[in-house]
Amino acid sequence: MTAVDLPAPRRSSLDFVLRARELGIVIALALLVAVTTISNPRFLSGQSIRDILLGTAILAVLAVGQAVVVITRNIDLSVGSVLGLSAFTVGTLLQNNPGVPVIVALLVGAAVGAVCGVVNGGLVRYGNVPALVVTLGTLYVYRGITYFWAGGQQINADELPPGFLDFGNATLIGVPYLVLIALLVLVVTGVVLRNYRVGRELYAMGSSPQAARLAGIAVGRRTVGAFVVSGALAGLAGVLFAARFGTIDAAAATGYELTVVAAVVVGGVAVFGGSGSVWGAALGALLLTTIGSALAVLEINQFWQQAIVGGLILLAIGADRLVAARVAASLKKRGSHVS
Amino acid sequence: MSAELTATRGARLANWNVAIIAITVIVLIVAAATVDSFGTSRNFGFLVLDLLPIALVALPMTLVIVTGEIDLSVASTLGLSSAVMGYLWNANQPIETIIPVCLLLGAVLGAVNGFFVTVLGLPSLAVTIGTFALYRGLAFVVLGDGAVADFPALYTDWVTGTIGGTAIPNVLIIIVVLAVVFGVILHATPVGRAVFAVGASEQAARFAGIRPGRLKFWLYVASGLVAGLAGVLWTLRYSSARADNGAGLELAVVAAVLLGGVSIFGGKGALPGVIAGVVLLGSLQNALRLSDVSNEALNVVTGVLLIVSVLAPNLARSVLQRRRT
Repeated sequence: MTAVDLPAPRRSSLDFVLRARELGIVIALALLVAVTTISNPRFLSGQSIRDILLGTAILAVLAVGQAVVVITRNIDLSVGSVLGLSAFTVGTLLQNNPGVPVIVALLVGAAVGAVCGVVNGGLVRYGNVPALVVTLGTLYVYRGITYFWAGGQQINADELPPGFLDFGNATLIGVPYLVLIALLVLVVTGVVLRNYRVGRELYAMGSSPQAARLAGIAVGRRTVGAFVVSGALAGLAGVLFAARFGTIDAAAATGYELTVVAAVVVGGVAVFGGSGSVWGAALGALLLTTIGSALAVLEINQFWQQAIVGGLILLAIGADRLVAARVAASLKKRGSHVS
Repeated sequence: MSAELTATRGARLANWNVAIIAITVIVLIVAAATVDSFGTSRNFGFLVLDLLPIALVALPMTLVIVTGEIDLSVASTLGLSSAVMGYLWNANQPIETIIPVCLLLGAVLGAVNGFFVTVLGLPSLAVTIGTFALYRGLAFVVLGDGAVADFPALYTDWVTGTIGGTAIPNVLIIIVVLAVVFGVILHATPVGRAVFAVGASEQAARFAGIRPGRLKFWLYVASGLVAGLAGVLWTLRYSSARADNGAGLELAVVAAVLLGGVSIFGGKGALPGVIAGVVLLGSLQNALRLSDVSNEALNVVTGVLLIVSVLAPNLARSVLQRRRT
């Protein structure tokens, strides 16, 4: 998958290996699109691309939030439930107040998610409970609250204001709003993580929480911050979900958390923190969504999709292991040359 | 000083085990007193059958988590075992062949996890999320979204039946036997001590002559084998083989194990606590369901219990420390 064997000059080989991780997904994606298009040109039709992009938009927003948390060596398994809670909150709000503008709906959804994120982050920080346990617990709690509240009731598209549903399908110069929002989230988060102090601190925490603390990083506060970002983005994704599908019940996006984690892992974010990027996570989301569509077009049994995703995860973490081993080896070699 | 520290740590662990068992007993008594038909022998049978898959899978899961790893693929292994059972039954294979094949399949799936985790050295969380999707996906590939029914009554009746004229369900025998086996292994054999040693410090364990990789590999095999068995029993109980059998069970199992006082960081835990955790979770859900609380709203209880079970000992410790200083 990665072309690390190229005889690149030593000075840039490390950079190349690191960059190759995202390149690997791009190549896989290009191959997939090429093969599918050759067998069925309909795959590159406008409608098909639109569907893939809309599906990717929601998954990518979640994956970006998840990547921020995973980079700090934590995990947020509650995102699917947060999405459900936010979608139902916004759905109910719009059902009762059809005049609410879309931007307010988006903010309300993000706020609901942020509150969930504060709870997650607070429990991790003050309760000294590992994130896996906390968010596994809140996965149940948030979903349960939604069920309690909804009580089997479902919000249908005809109960939502038309303006909101239009937002789910409308485009700006040919690009759907949902995709624009996802891109905005991606670019802002990507730049902050790469170029700003806060972003670098998150990587430092993930590489070594102890060293980060010694370096004067406010680890506790940053951890809560990462969970708030993940929660808020999951909340935002809930609004996008509601706008795209129009039908919301308490079970919306059940079990989605592992797909999100899959996208992040396939995208090259190491589960033990400190490496990877939101770009990779978004590419992972795009790859997973494209696989789903490609299978349908290739008329391969849809049931293969999940198995392929599982195989991809194993492949991705295996490849990361190889890359990491090579990086370590090249660092060692470089060190000995200098001395 | 250090001896004192270990002593208090041991005491705390024992305390949590006692606490969880006490809470479980209280919940059982309160439920029997306040919920109509909770204490009936009929409901006892249902309760045990409902507990069955979680109880079985939680046993090897406890050992896996004590070594500091995790196995999120168990429910998918259960599903694939069930799907293969349905597939082979459709292909007119005798049930006496199918059941061993499904158990073997479970062991092989566990070995695949073990291979990735111990031979390739990949993080178990990521590996088993991968095989979680892979095994469930294969289950759908094998059986599609249909169901296979009419398994031989001899077997399905045994799974849902009771011992002689008593109210004790047959499957309770399986739970008790496996619980004793895993309990003895964990608490009374060198293997068990190795499990704790690896969880406390893998490096120290290696210096002490333990081979952590080999140990973990066989624990994953055990986890897969038991999940395969759970798949067979699940299929026979409902007399229905489906690819989505047991979906979501992995989180309930992990919740029950952590509720039972096992540390997610490894090195700490005890099997009696885990069994109490399983019973607590199951009977609470059973009692609330009888009180017409919706199945999904029960999730709140599961989640809160899980968080509290890990939070409470931590809070107690920090309060104690503050008082001491």
